[in-house]
Amino acid sequence: MKNIALIKEPRFNVTSVRDDFPVLARMLHGKPLAYLDNGASAQRPTAVIDAVDDYERHHHANIHRGVHTLSQEATSLYEAARDRLVGFLHARARSEIIFVRGTTEAINLVAQSYARPILTSGDEILITYLEHHANIVPWQIVCEQTGAKLVVAPMDEHGAVHVDAVESLMSERTRLFACTQVSNALGTVLPVRRLIAAAKARGITTLLDGAQAVPHMPVDVQDLDCDFYAFSGHKLFGPTGIGVLYGRESMLERMPPWQGGGDMILAVSFGKTTYNALPYKFEAGTPNISGAIGLGSAIAYLDAMDLSGAHAHERALLAYATDMLRGIDSVRIVGTAREKVSLVSFVVAGVHPHDLGTILDQDGIAIRTGHHCAMPVMDFFKLAATARASFAFYNTFDEIDRLRAGILRARSIFA
Amino acid sequence: MELNDLYRDVILDHNRHPRNFGVLEPADASVEGFNPMCGDRLTVRVKMSGDEIADIRFEGQGCAISTASASLMTEAVKGKTRTEALALFERVHRLLTDDAAPSDQLGKLAALSGVREYPARVKCASLCWHTLASALQSADPRHLPAVSTE
Repeated sequence: MKNIALIKEPRFNVTSVRDDFPVLARMLHGKPLAYLDNGASAQRPTAVIDAVDDYERHHHANIHRGVHTLSQEATSLYEAARDRLVGFLHARARSEIIFVRGTTEAINLVAQSYARPILTSGDEILITYLEHHANIVPWQIVCEQTGAKLVVAPMDEHGAVHVDAVESLMSERTRLFACTQVSNALGTVLPVRRLIAAAKARGITTLLDGAQAVPHMPVDVQDLDCDFYAFSGHKLFGPTGIGVLYGRESMLERMPPWQGGGDMILAVSFGKTTYNALPYKFEAGTPNISGAIGLGSAIAYLDAMDLSGAHAHERALLAYATDMLRGIDSVRIVGTAREKVSLVSFVVAGVHPHDLGTILDQDGIAIRTGHHCAMPVMDFFKLAATARASFAFYNTFDEIDRLRAGILRARSIFA
Repeated sequence: MELNDLYRDVILDHNRHPRNFGVLEPADASVEGFNPMCGDRLTVRVKMSGDEIADIRFEGQGCAISTASASLMTEAVKGKTRTEALALFERVHRLLTDDAAPSDQLGKLAALSGVREYPARVKCASLCWHTLASALQSADPRHLPAVSTE
């Protein structure tokens, strides 16, 4: 392969980082696992597994209400995780960090608790063509409930979204602009800073889907100046079943609760119930305590590592993989925007993605095949499915070489 | 698990050159099948002669397993009665899911037995059969709602 010395980033120690992720030592069908499906979910470092394990073994109790020691320990650990999130997202205060199940729940919360009460018939919600279903369907539901209209900004044949094209769709009826920071299907990094500025100038509320962004870049919600930001823990090397909604405090204050129940109340009587202060107003019931603690420790793990080295390594992986795929006749890369994260979608002539996935699996390689919960993106390219390889900082150039060999093998089977 | 158990020559051949592929007009039944997991989509059309399947064609796009299965299916059920075709569906379904299922007297359909080692692909192989069954079992074969493997 050409110019490896120029492409490969020498200073990031991948080998030592891989030791932190136990699953990477697995053998599959007699081959070492090459986990290239991080866009679907990332793997957990020992630090996260240990933090959750320690909580389950020594500190578990229900939180917030108990006077006994275990309850106080659990509460402390849970709230310490929230503090980590404040730092991670550069939020202003704890009241702005709400723990939810994941990005999907976060967006549904905003749709039902922010948008639904304020939307009237004829109002507009603006999204982009690139969205994951989680940033489409909740808005479709709320439009049906309120008579509002869903407007979709276009993408181009590279899978890029242009600010002027989006701006031209911001009308006096637009009440909310929701868009993804990074496309899960194509890897495109959207120009969100400029998009949010354009929305803000028109008094339009903004929400960012950060699920695919947080593993690959630092996020500062004050700098981005978005009103809401959502992401999932399991894509950030944390556990499943936990995610975060950041909301600007002034907006969250004005919003009615999402779910009712315990913990989100101050006082309950059949005559009247008063709601708790932020963020608890939006955290009904016993939360995913161990999930939050696991997510907090994932962030601590990332804070302690050479993150800029890691991101540089990811950029090198993207360049290497893109170069590799371009070099194979009959492979077409889908999603060729100038700015991308380390994710590449592609199709192989004569080999359906699903068949490619099965063949690669036999080689120990995990990729994702299908519509990636982005059917509109697939429809745009007139495809039913693509194959998608998504890299984390623990992936290697050797794994990309194996991917290449697998693609060639699949091609010869179907030749 | 060996890949050539799944991608046997018969399967590869029927994927490359699907039999009975195309539109059938006029048809007595036309049903669309869809596998949401991978995007396999096909339409099965049948022309009946009394209780017998006089002609059958399929069209659509999908993975090699779904295409080969549909091609093999159309070859196997042409000329069979409704009852015989549905009984064949039952046998094929067991072949796809049950290690102990026999593959004798299934002819080329036996090539599908490799699928049972790849559980994620069973729905690919069974999509066309579910679609056909829907067409045959319905009292009013025209304009049926699409069949899905979900």
